[in-house]
Amino acid sequence: MKEFLHAAARCRWALPALVVLGFAFCLACEFFPIFNDYSKVVLITIGINIILCASLNLVNGYMGEFSVGHAGFMSLGAYASAVMAVNWLPSTPMELPLAVVFGGTVAAVIGLPLALISFNTRGDYLAIITLAFLMIVKSAFENIAYVGGPRGMTPPVLTNMPWTFFWVVLTLWVIRNLVYSRFGRAIIAIREDEIAANAMGVRTREAKILAFVVSSFFGGVAGALYAQLNFFIDPRSFDIVKSTEILVMVYLGGIASLFGSVLGAVIFTVLMQVLQPIGTWRMVILPLILVLLMLFRPRGIMGLRELTWFLPRRELKKEPGQ
Amino acid sequence: MSALLEVDRLTKRFGGLCAISGCGFSVREGDAHGIIGPNGAGKTTLFNLVTGIYRPTEGTIRFRGKHIAGMRPGKIALMGIGRTFQNIRLCTNLTVLDNVRIAFDSRLCYSLPEAVFRLPRLEREERRSIVGSMGLLEPFGLAEHANELAGDLPYGSQRRLEIARALALKPSLLLLDEPAAGLNTGETAALTEFLRWVRNHFQVTIVLIEHHMHLVMNLCDRITVLDFGQTIAEGTPAEVRANPRVIDAYLGGTGEE
Repeated sequence: MKEFLHAAARCRWALPALVVLGFAFCLACEFFPIFNDYSKVVLITIGINIILCASLNLVNGYMGEFSVGHAGFMSLGAYASAVMAVNWLPSTPMELPLAVVFGGTVAAVIGLPLALISFNTRGDYLAIITLAFLMIVKSAFENIAYVGGPRGMTPPVLTNMPWTFFWVVLTLWVIRNLVYSRFGRAIIAIREDEIAANAMGVRTREAKILAFVVSSFFGGVAGALYAQLNFFIDPRSFDIVKSTEILVMVYLGGIASLFGSVLGAVIFTVLMQVLQPIGTWRMVILPLILVLLMLFRPRGIMGLRELTWFLPRRELKKEPGQ
Repeated sequence: MSALLEVDRLTKRFGGLCAISGCGFSVREGDAHGIIGPNGAGKTTLFNLVTGIYRPTEGTIRFRGKHIAGMRPGKIALMGIGRTFQNIRLCTNLTVLDNVRIAFDSRLCYSLPEAVFRLPRLEREERRSIVGSMGLLEPFGLAEHANELAGDLPYGSQRRLEIARALALKPSLLLLDEPAAGLNTGETAALTEFLRWVRNHFQVTIVLIEHHMHLVMNLCDRITVLDFGQTIAEGTPAEVRANPRVIDAYLGGTGEE
């Protein structure tokens, strides 16, 4: 079985075939009652969490910074897309993708200043700045009457399984292609040793801009999907607790690993659903997971490793004697 | 032979401490140039100034006639100055091969969209970088360890990997900060031969900081001696060895007063 999986991962068509199958399955769910509405929402939430987790992993895992502001990008994407869907767009099948792209773009533009700050500020100090950023975004939305202030907004329910699946695949595909290119190696070199990276001719400023902009774009995409799923968003949906949830997923699944991000998002989302009956006590379990993780497995389940399936073919290690 | 690197009246102050004060020397193209001096003489600071990690307080650094003092380190590296560090700075969580590839990346040409959409040029260029990087690991005896983590390599191999990585930039000037640190006499002799081969094979000018006098005297065409941030002597190994100020700096107060 293991050998079969290994061989399959090396086959050129295995992964595209799986993706097509997955998409077909998601489409089927739209037309046939395979899942009930509750299960669908859970599955879509898993998808959104995968996008959040993979995109934050680019900054926190691959680049090795500690951003706690990801919920801020999520809220920017959520609000931007909601405003667009409610006020500007007619209800057409293209409403959701347009709103999502707009949400991601707004988040990416706001992500740029954070990248500029990161040129000269690193580590704990950058973490504090991202925290401040998160608070600024939250209080900004609380005070803008156009988006409902503290009462929030009620965007239309548009997010469905096929579109979520599409965005999950796109996120993972783009981040994987980035990470295994010279641009990604520059980002990783910053994590490993910024001084050495500079001495190796790595353009660290460009790499930081790229990491932050791509990360915040997909953070915004996830926010947009989230807004169009829940019928209701308010500034408090995107506070430090939300950021903490994403951090737990990233560090649970594993830093600098896309499969880790998928794993972290799935485990975390399912766990939160299973623990639903205990109510507020979930918020005790959540930080506890984080503490235990940092104590016993600080890099997460897949930390710094990748499943063969998630590697581009050229990066596959040659077997001895091959 | 023309001067590849010219340092003139260079000064670097850290608050009240003057690490380099009015230091000047020039490195001829094709030479192996040694920089020696007692501990704290400012040798590593000098390297950090040349590679742009520090900004000089005063003075000029010219590389191929261009002023590079104050430029960003990444840009200086791309102009063709590679270096190694006194306390090895490798990407310890990456494979040996990837360490070299990071430096080799500066020679790859494909754009961001080509990377994101994996267009043919990306695959072609990435293959070139893998083949090129493996080609660099070969003479360093690291090819069979290409897929191991750099942090798992023994100390001596890590030192060699750092040199291989610096050479992946295709530099015309290679700065080596104590390449023989921690090596025994036999290994140092082998390193001398190896560095000679590197210089000829890669057509690279070498500047090295070193405490092993045997290596410096055998390998270097010219030597600059630093003490308290100043150049106190410069010349061929024989000249430097005979210089009373050098003997004075190393042995302390035995020269004629």
